[in-house]
Amino acid sequence: MTTLTMTRLDPQSRAARRGMSDISIRNLFIIPTILFLIIFNIFPLLYSLYYSFTDFRASTNAPANWVGLANYRELLNDPFIWTNFTITAKYVIVSVAGQVVVGFGVAMLLNRDIPFKGLITTLLLLPMMLSMAVVGLFWKLLYDPSFGIINYVLGLGRFEWLSDPDMALYAVAITDIWMWSPFVMLLSLAGLSAVPKHLYEAAAIDRAGPLYTFFRITLPLVAPILMIAIIFRTMEAFKTFDIAYIMTSQPTTEMIAIRLYKMAFQEWQTGMSCAFAYIVLIMVVAITNIYVKYLNKVKER
Amino acid sequence: MAGISLRGITKTYGGTRALRGLDLDIEDGEFFVLLGQTGAGKTTTLRLIAGLEKPTGGEIFIDGENVAEWNAAERDVALVLQQYSLYPRLTVRGNLEFPLKSKVRNLSQDEIDRRVNKAAETLQITKLLDRKVERLSGGEMQRVSIGRAIVREPRVFLMDEPLSALDAKLREALRVELKKLHTELKATFLFVTHDQVEAMSMGDKIGVLNRGKLVQVGTPTEVYHNPCNTFVARAVGSPPMNLFDGRVAGGQMEIGSVRLPVGANGEALDGRDLTVGVRPENIRLESGAPVSARVFDIEDHGVVKILTMQLDDERIYATVPAKTRVRLDETVQFGWQPDKTLLFDRQSGANISAL
Repeated sequence: MTTLTMTRLDPQSRAARRGMSDISIRNLFIIPTILFLIIFNIFPLLYSLYYSFTDFRASTNAPANWVGLANYRELLNDPFIWTNFTITAKYVIVSVAGQVVVGFGVAMLLNRDIPFKGLITTLLLLPMMLSMAVVGLFWKLLYDPSFGIINYVLGLGRFEWLSDPDMALYAVAITDIWMWSPFVMLLSLAGLSAVPKHLYEAAAIDRAGPLYTFFRITLPLVAPILMIAIIFRTMEAFKTFDIAYIMTSQPTTEMIAIRLYKMAFQEWQTGMSCAFAYIVLIMVVAITNIYVKYLNKVKER
Repeated sequence: MAGISLRGITKTYGGTRALRGLDLDIEDGEFFVLLGQTGAGKTTTLRLIAGLEKPTGGEIFIDGENVAEWNAAERDVALVLQQYSLYPRLTVRGNLEFPLKSKVRNLSQDEIDRRVNKAAETLQITKLLDRKVERLSGGEMQRVSIGRAIVREPRVFLMDEPLSALDAKLREALRVELKKLHTELKATFLFVTHDQVEAMSMGDKIGVLNRGKLVQVGTPTEVYHNPCNTFVARAVGSPPMNLFDGRVAGGQMEIGSVRLPVGANGEALDGRDLTVGVRPENIRLESGAPVSARVFDIEDHGVVKILTMQLDDERIYATVPAKTRVRLDETVQFGWQPDKTLLFDRQSGANISAL
């Protein structure tokens, strides 16, 4: 199917004079990358797969004993782990839905001729460029019950956003929405500006109402790129660790990544946490696959 | 069904003036073609009538009513754009139904089906009704665009170069179909084009637009045989009219070293700087004719041959019967009948043949 075509090295070039062939140049570029990938990605992946079947603890010198599927069996039977998953699912849904609504909405607002459009867009993108830890820390200050500006502005008195077990997860989700809506906005904006103007004009002449135009023209054309934004954000939200870990330590905000961290580096159950990580990996891959299938369907139509 | 009137329409975009005091009257049921070069303001005129843009000055009347405050939807006009603006992800039927589904219309599904089927039949796209628009060819897409205009049974059809993106064969076919459609629907058509062949073959009336001003309005015959100035003379007709600069002396036209007879009233124009216009088909090749020129190019169109001849610095076009024998670089002699020429004032370009 594919024929191997490589540009021949110019015999006059400096590389050729040094006795290098085009194959050796190709290798020079590719081998370091492959080595890097093997050392830092593939090897740990396989190594942890092995550990997930053992009772290895990184804190002791005891040799790893093969326990078979015991880790997996135990994890999947643990009701606390399922609570972690439920919390994560709730967080993913709230946070991603919020980001899509806010991001797409702002993109719709920006997708017209307004003064300082470029400047506004750039400023709106700032949250996305901050460090997660910084965002977590200063939102913690904003949420502060005694001097936080949020309670002051909303007039909520001493409402405890982050210590309230029912509210803490949503408080973290709001922070995440604030931080990542710009990402959805950016992609939506790209999608929106690709919708040909004459379609809107045709719709205006055809007496289509604004809602009808939105659902019939705007949304179908932006859907594929919006789906990509959703895939990215879902994967990220699933793995959320830093923001939640920094902002609050409520049991109701203990998402799988936090549970995993505690299991691996506080309880030192290395083998068990490897198995846990694999379960999470399989879930993320599965969810992403569903999205990608759907994305392809959207594109095909 | 309705007539359209534009009164003193001006439109400026930033610093550029697209339209400068445009007056235009289109009668009810007329097929009016607006002809002009790129940037003449054709599309702007159309968009103003459609209500997609507001004029900077002047008034627009549709069916005698001032529509200044009406938006595109309220004007009830149909617009076919140059780009196939089909709604994506819908079938052909979905596209045709689109304008009818609007709540303002409140049509029953039976009525919608009836109109869609009728339009599809007229445009011969019945077989395509359930196909997704992404899978259509260019010609089919443009048919669907036109179909979407037809189903609405609008008062006015506006068409912005709908055929220019199609290949030549399809263009001819759709040209005929549009004419037929116009006869059947008896609606007012305003058709914008830069292609004078389209204008000549389709229009009941042609309006020639130049830099935001209407230069001449008339039937294709009027515009062709009696252009009001040199601009129209150049714009209409293919190959274009030959224009020679010269001066009248003693009832004869002096063009360079050549002297040619002018029309009957030649004496009255003595001493004036004029431009003579001769249609290519009125140029006769004859041995012993007053002008000699070298044949520069021959286009054989089957029925006729179009010769391009070089006379000093000028190119002269002549349409001659196909059986005429000429060779490239041959020197031929030609002339024309004085009564088939048009005279234009050299300064203003205005047609003064009628004087």
